[in-house]
Amino acid sequence: MTDLTDLTLAEARDALKAKKASSAEITGAFLQAMEAARGLNAYVLETPEQALAMAKASDERLAKGQGGPLEGLPLGIKDLYATKGVRTTACSNILGNFVPGYESTVTSQLWRDGAVMLGKLNNDEFAMGSSNETSAFGPVKSPWRREGSNAALVPGGSSGGSSAAVAARLCLGATATDTGGSIRQPAAFTGTVGIKPTYGRCSRWGIVAFASSLDQAGPIARTVRDNAILLRSMAGHDPKDTTSVDMPVPDYEAAVGRSIKGMKIGIPKEYRVDGMPAEIEALWHKGAEWLRAAGAEIVEVSLPHTKYALPAYYIVAPAEASSNLARYDGVRYGVRVPGKDIVEMYEKTRAAGFGKEVRRRVMIGTYVLSAGYYDAYYVKAQKIRTLIKRDFEQVYAQGVHAILTPATPSAAFGVGEKGGADPVEMYLNDVFTVTVNMAGLPGIAVPAGMSSDGLPLGLQLIGRPFDEETLFSAGEVIEQAAGRTKLPDPWW
Amino acid sequence: MSVDQATVRRIAHLARIAVTEEEVPHLQGELNAILDFVEQLNEVDVSGVEPMTSVTPMVMKKRQDEVTDGGIADVIVGNAPMTEDHYFMVPKVVE
Repeated sequence: MTDLTDLTLAEARDALKAKKASSAEITGAFLQAMEAARGLNAYVLETPEQALAMAKASDERLAKGQGGPLEGLPLGIKDLYATKGVRTTACSNILGNFVPGYESTVTSQLWRDGAVMLGKLNNDEFAMGSSNETSAFGPVKSPWRREGSNAALVPGGSSGGSSAAVAARLCLGATATDTGGSIRQPAAFTGTVGIKPTYGRCSRWGIVAFASSLDQAGPIARTVRDNAILLRSMAGHDPKDTTSVDMPVPDYEAAVGRSIKGMKIGIPKEYRVDGMPAEIEALWHKGAEWLRAAGAEIVEVSLPHTKYALPAYYIVAPAEASSNLARYDGVRYGVRVPGKDIVEMYEKTRAAGFGKEVRRRVMIGTYVLSAGYYDAYYVKAQKIRTLIKRDFEQVYAQGVHAILTPATPSAAFGVGEKGGADPVEMYLNDVFTVTVNMAGLPGIAVPAGMSSDGLPLGLQLIGRPFDEETLFSAGEVIEQAAGRTKLPDPWW
Repeated sequence: MSVDQATVRRIAHLARIAVTEEEVPHLQGELNAILDFVEQLNEVDVSGVEPMTSVTPMVMKKRQDEVTDGGIADVIVGNAPMTEDHYFMVPKVVE
């Protein structure tokens, strides 16, 4: 048998079912790979004892012919997900050594279905970032490097630990979260697949909140099929999250390989932005051709408010963050810096606990919600959000099943290369993904080709609300046509 | 719109984040860069447009007003920096 860490999640599942490998063997192989890859900084906490105990329990169930859909499959968990008895920090100093007394709904469903936890994955602090450079644990190095260069590249963000761990074969799949592109952009940067489901599809309960009207949980894994398998376990109604939707969860894997013949795929002209690299434009054309060859009809569509999504997002998301992060006050959990009175204690605690990007966003959010500015900024941004959603509704009303766009405006960039002087430079990474969060729609990023310097590039498919199945069907067409990305050989 | 240094100090206080005098000019630059960026929203005519309140149209779910959990005071104060008899301890706020 080949190296167990080279298996996809679906292959590992089938190998376990056929008793060609045990969960203890697969889990052991990943724990070894993780130890050898510590230089990438993808994991902020390894939980080998728990992993091996879970693997042993899975093997016992499998031996009896029992076991859930993810039985014995080792996964990495983004450190934004609360894990009972296992340190959860959102990669912020302000949470310190917070050990939750509860388990997030999404991870509890993964364990219910038999999955094994390998450890907690690095991310941008409170998921605020597009490069994983704002983490209190330091940046993650991508397993990818430009051809002929040793310069460290970012794995994208905020789910940079998740994308790097999947690409470096340090887990079969990972949980991630997406507020403005934090699943899809890191997937695109690392040649992996990631889906942000429709808002309400997965419970947000027990996931550290960033911007509650935009946050969604989703997986990053090596293939479209692996994403479909993971999402089925992650999704579902949860009475503890009033925005989670009470709808049955389809068998997403059944949608993988389903024909897209006769489907209408929209190409939005507004995504052809100024200064778009020729290779991104070419990739986008190629993607449309692949879908056409599979029987889809390609139509040009218009989403006129596209360019306003990112500026509106940088009002809505910081506003919600400033409110959500008010809870970090040094009283109930996390670090505390003493002060002469309670206000000084709050101020010193939050100054010491929050990193620069988080402080910046909390302050912008505070400003746009403050007396006299609320209507000019926040209410206006929410009106623009209505217009962005209406654009999509009008396109879908014309019979369009899904929309094809580039996932990112470029391939991965270097650690320390962006956002040093102007924070907006980093924000522009999310220009193609953020519209989807603003409208609450599902979006998937699929690897589709390579840049001229040998880095993966991704395409994004945007679906109708709760029609993740079409994304899995069409996503797999792109995946098959592009050919599986050859992941980098270990240099780490 | 842009913010002056007095406004930066006021926002920091509202956000309960201590900032040093040396940090103020830098923060002012960063906040103004973001505010400049969002300025382009003024091009959009939003008259007659309802602000979004729920991204997925749904009726707010309700449940019976009854106790569903409890008796876990140890767990609740388990991560607090300072506690006594299941109370969170804070500096004196009432003279």
